[in-house]
Amino acid sequence: MTRALVTVPKTAKRGEIIEIRAVVQHPMETGYRRSSEGDLLPRDLIRKFSCRFVESGNANDTGAMVFAATLHAAIAANPYLSFNLRAASSGTLVFNWEGDNGFSHREQVAMTVA
Amino acid sequence: MWRTSVATVMLFALMSLTQAQDARKSGFDFMRPATQALQMDDTQNPGMLWVKDGQMTWAQKDGAANKSCTDCHGDINRMRGVAARYPQYSLVAKRVINLGQQINQCRTTQQQAKVWPTEHPTFLGLEAAITMESRGQPVTPPSQPLLADAQKRGETLFNQRIGQVDLSCRDCHDSLAGKRLGGNTIPQAHPTGYPIYRLEWQSVGSLQRRLRGCMTAVRAEPYPYGSTELVDLEAYLAMRAAGMRLESPGVRP
Ligand code: HEC
Ligand code: HEC
Repeated sequence: MTRALVTVPKTAKRGEIIEIRAVVQHPMETGYRRSSEGDLLPRDLIRKFSCRFVESGNANDTGAMVFAATLHAAIAANPYLSFNLRAASSGTLVFNWEGDNGFSHREQVAMTVA
Repeated sequence: MWRTSVATVMLFALMSLTQAQDARKSGFDFMRPATQALQMDDTQNPGMLWVKDGQMTWAQKDGAANKSCTDCHGDINRMRGVAARYPQYSLVAKRVINLGQQINQCRTTQQQAKVWPTEHPTFLGLEAAITMESRGQPVTPPSQPLLADAQKRGETLFNQRIGQVDLSCRDCHDSLAGKRLGGNTIPQAHPTGYPIYRLEWQSVGSLQRRLRGCMTAVRAEPYPYGSTELVDLEAYLAMRAAGMRLESPGVRP
């Protein structure tokens, strides 16, 4: 069961720099570790993270990419990412994680910019 | 006028007395600032992922009775203060049980579902979500004769030397607390943060998992999960930490 925590301010002033935080539950198994029985644990990584912004009123739009990251084996389990955005207009932030074994998780959060 | 000042002086004297006497510190106080920051901020604390899972599970119907925790207990915030009392004597089980065992008791007798397996992530999440409702509250073991017996047995275990290394829990957690063991600082072994997110585990784990880890570290055979010995130790640790504030989900190195 995948769980994520995303933190986005509910409201922001136009032009304000806001901090976005995202944590997702994932083992980030490197593929180099062995189990207590000595078997190699298969690699299971999140490979890509992205955050897109869909402006209010453009619900059918896929939005604009505002942040993206490529993740690798050296990143700890349950990876935490934080980044800053300049609030320009109201809309929805859509977060997406993708990885090995068809892993995919999506969250979306609405934000009002006044 | 002088009455108030005498009272004030006495109050101050009393306060400094209790402060001087209470040398107890949570494991939190021994951690590096970065790890402390991770625990303090619910938007970063990975333990919150488990809590979120637990909060959702609270409202889900399950078992042959097709009931959710909400159906009988209402909103999870009604659990405020509950975790601060555990382990405690249960009239239903007729023995001292910890919070996890109480949850499993409701699961089998009330929901008529299967017990959660040991360290199951959803089970830990449920326990952490319930414990979080008591965040900031003092540990308050009830006074029950059979709980007092468990605390006494737990204290004996705490003082007993174990393993090839031949050390007792007290040797490390009283005499050597604050000193370093390998890369780790030895804490005073207070159970206030459990279930915790442990960086070394890269996951949430129970107090029993932690205790078993200490036993393995001194090359003793750990007591099985759910054993009376582990619950007795938990009961003693809660008594030893009485009055300290709960902080679950704690983060530990
Ligand atoms: C050789 C020393 C040693 C012995 C003996 C030992 N421990 Fe520990 N214990 C540690 C260390 C070191 C840590 C912290 C590990 C870390 O930071 O990763 C710890 C952690 C703990 C914690 C977690 C505290 C927190 O803040 O989360 C508890 C509880 C605990 N021990 C209980 C016990 C009990 C009960 C026993 C006896 C069965 C015991 N320990 C025996 C060294 C010891
Ligand atoms: C059909 C009703 C019912 C359901 C469903 C139920 N409980 Fe209970 N619960 C009770 C009763 C009755 C008690 C008191 C008797 C006992 O100790 O088992 C209790 C006691 C408790 C306590 C101890 C409260 C205290 O003050 O010490 C906890 C914690 C608890 N339940 C958690 C849960 C959780 C978590 C779930 C869902 C997984 C759940 N319960 C589902 C009826 C229910």
